[in-house]
Amino acid sequence: MSTEWPLWEVFIRGQHGMSHRHVGSLHAPDAEMAIKNARDVYTRRNEGVSIWVVKAADIAASSPSDKGPLYEPSQSKVYRHPTFFDIPDDVGAM
Amino acid sequence: MTRDEAFFEFLLRMGDNTLILGHRVSEWCGHSPVLEEDIALANTALDLIGQTQMWLGLAGEIEGKGRSADDLAYLRDAWDFRNVLLVERPNGDFGQTIMRQFLFDAWHSLMLGRLMQSSDTRVAEIAAKASKEAAYHLERSADLVVRLGDGTAESHARMQAALDDHWPYTGELFLSDAADKAVAEAGLAPDPASLKEEWDEMVTRVLTEATLAIPEGAYVHKGGKAGTHTEHLGYILAQMQWLQRAYPGATW
Repeated sequence: MSTEWPLWEVFIRGQHGMSHRHVGSLHAPDAEMAIKNARDVYTRRNEGVSIWVVKAADIAASSPSDKGPLYEPSQSKVYRHPTFFDIPDDVGAM
Repeated sequence: MTRDEAFFEFLLRMGDNTLILGHRVSEWCGHSPVLEEDIALANTALDLIGQTQMWLGLAGEIEGKGRSADDLAYLRDAWDFRNVLLVERPNGDFGQTIMRQFLFDAWHSLMLGRLMQSSDTRVAEIAAKASKEAAYHLERSADLVVRLGDGTAESHARMQAALDDHWPYTGELFLSDAADKAVAEAGLAPDPASLKEEWDEMVTRVLTEATLAIPEGAYVHKGGKAGTHTEHLGYILAQMQWLQRAYPGATW
């Protein structure tokens, strides 16, 4: 039996933000305790209005060694950026 | 005893409970079994010390002798402290600390809920602010009591021992004296005895879920509310007050 509690990744939605953002990680025996711990570790300075926790082991991630094939092909394709349009002034800030 | 003398006494009791328990809990800082608990306990301690500033600040105002919250915290001797004996008990192991916290939190959250109806708006406002913190403390300590009580054979045994140790000190929370009766009559605060039934119900529910047996004995250790303390308080004050005693008025 492992004596170490599993690692959880913590996501917090800030007072003014719209989406949850990754803020860090912590150890806890289960999801309920992970949320309590996240409250104490990551929201002490009024950072959040909502907390998500996800077991770190449950996150599937892309491999850093694949970064050539995954990301480099888009570097030479400037036309994918919507920078070639004239935006009318009355649209305001985008 | 005048109304204000009784009111002052009541405010000292509230403020000294949170001051001494806050100091006790802060002793865990850097020593907790896991980092997350270390931070959670430090948060609890800071909440309690923050509440102390409000209670003792108002106490100084009611007393009317120009004493600040700091003066009351750092320049009184043990016999002038009015906290219940429960909060000055040593931390022991983590289970003993959590059990003491739970027994106190259950009382504290009920007390603050009633104080929100106080005839004095300053008391009602302090209680409203503190009750949100106390509600979280209670949620956390009750949860840990259940997890550890209904955990392994080792954690269960430690929690039962902690409960057996602390239980005789809980009765003092519900004893009433002349000051309590006077503030109750003035509508400033509830009679402590009136919280007992609800506390019993709350504590029994959690301890039953935690598979712990409530001790049979009815003996009650008392004295703290009247200034008769265990030897532990002197050590707490020595550590807490030495700087202001050695260098009066020192600031940073």
